Amino acid sequence: MQNKNNKGWYLLFTAPLTIIFLTVVVIPFVIGIYYSFFKWDGIAANPKVFVGFDNFIQLFGDSRFLTSTWKTTLFTILAVISVNIVGLVFALLVTSKLKIANAARTMVFMPYLIGGLILGYIWQFIFLDVFTLIGELTGMDHFFFNWLIDKDFALYALVFVFTWQMAGYIMIIYIAGIQSIPQDVMEAAMIDGASWWQKLKNITFPLLMPAFTISLFLTLSSAFKIYDVNLSLTGGGPANSTEMFAMNIYNEIFGYGNYGYGQAKAIIFFLIVAAITLTQVYITKKREVEL
Amino acid sequence: MKKFYRVLKELLLLITALFFLSPIYIIIVNSFKNRQELYENVLAPPTEFSFQYYIEAMDKMNFLNALANSLYITIISVLIIVVLSSMTAWMLARTDNKLSKIIFMVFIATMLIPFQTLMMPLMQFMSTITNSLHIPMINTREGLIFMHIGFSTSISVFLYHGFVKSIPITLEEAATIDGASKFGVFWRIIFPILKPITVTVMILNVINIWNDYLLPSLTLTDKGLRTIPLSTFYFFGQFTIQWNLAMAGLMLTIIPVVIFYVLAQKHIIKGIGEGAVK
Repeated sequence: MQNKNNKGWYLLFTAPLTIIFLTVVVIPFVIGIYYSFFKWDGIAANPKVFVGFDNFIQLFGDSRFLTSTWKTTLFTILAVISVNIVGLVFALLVTSKLKIANAARTMVFMPYLIGGLILGYIWQFIFLDVFTLIGELTGMDHFFFNWLIDKDFALYALVFVFTWQMAGYIMIIYIAGIQSIPQDVMEAAMIDGASWWQKLKNITFPLLMPAFTISLFLTLSSAFKIYDVNLSLTGGGPANSTEMFAMNIYNEIFGYGNYGYGQAKAIIFFLIVAAITLTQVYITKKREVEL
Repeated sequence: MKKFYRVLKELLLLITALFFLSPIYIIIVNSFKNRQELYENVLAPPTEFSFQYYIEAMDKMNFLNALANSLYITIISVLIIVVLSSMTAWMLARTDNKLSKIIFMVFIATMLIPFQTLMMPLMQFMSTITNSLHIPMINTREGLIFMHIGFSTSISVFLYHGFVKSIPITLEEAATIDGASKFGVFWRIIFPILKPITVTVMILNVINIWNDYLLPSLTLTDKGLRTIPLSTFYFFGQFTIQWNLAMAGLMLTIIPVVIFYVLAQKHIIKGIGEGAVK
């Protein structure tokens, strides 16, 4: 009786969410793998033609896709470096005993709450009108011009806006890490006459490794998957030069109507994201210092 | 000399922090200007404060309707997520069998799947459900809520699961001996203890769901159902951009976020920190 009752409770507590989860995530994932072996234009009345691994083979000769892969990689590397540096510097600043620290923390975190889509539109205006104005006023118009119309600078603009969005978030993680460093270690170092840089290098950074793991993981995966800012800031332009991976998949499926081929790209996208994040977590976990 | 450096440091931090918020300044000043004034100098403050462009933008974006949709979808989704994921996480953490381990593992492993990998098959599957079972999943707010719940399952259960593990089991055992049902034990004893992590789960999900663009753009086609990110997107796509109007529109979309931030600032920063570290 007791046992039967327990099973009933178990079902009642776990079944609803598990069923929703299966319908929204697990089943579509499996269907997605199936679709990636077919050629199909997305219209239900049209036939799905089984093509085996052809979609995956086709990827290697698709120059738009390869460019997109390269640009996404470049963007991810730049974005991860820039977000983590800015986030860490702010974290160090707002944990030093400055009066303005709390207010600064509040201000720097703010952009994270505004969605990527809206941030992109805001910065579109800034690059278009404010940058050109500053360029005219200062004469530095080789730097202050509309970045969004230049193939290379449009990518830097994405890095810039992404940093503006994520730095506050990453800062919060580093703050938590810095605050968990025991004060007595710092005091001991001070008594031994360690300089500011020595303390930073020999105590703060090694003890920040867990926070570093998390921050890298978060920035890596969110940079690699960027879509909203990409859509509203550059729209993939100029001339497809900033079409990131996620946008390339969206356009392939819903823009060009290549459902099977686009889904094959989406599966590859998943494999890359999984591989990057797992490797990164594995490497940094190994380097964490036990206290 | 030391004092001088201190003041300098304070000033530097203030300037960088203000620089971080400067785009907000630019939106505000330009949302009050007419076209000509805007192009004269985008950095200058407006000469007069008229809310004309706000009213016009509100009308063109169908702002109040979008705000109502966003509020409805976010609040209902987050409430259901909290109820279901806390219950599921508690049961999984407290029932030590193979099934629990498998379910939990699947929740965690699927965190690696990007949305773009699921979007097309998800839409196909949802239209199949709509057409064959006559459950309207596509183009309804409720269908979207259902999908939001599914997508936030992994992270929410993961956060609750970790927290439940840290609660001593003796509490529950005592209550069970006293004859309370599982339902009673959970809602009277466990759920109140979960409060800190509930705040984290709520905040993470509010931010994600409120700002989500891609999922609603695929699910909702009716104009009347648009959420704030959707109506912003269509607002920008519709006209050759009138920037003063656009700035007023963007300001409108930011106001609810600012209100949320001001009201819950402490919880948000704490919640984000804890959510990420776990």
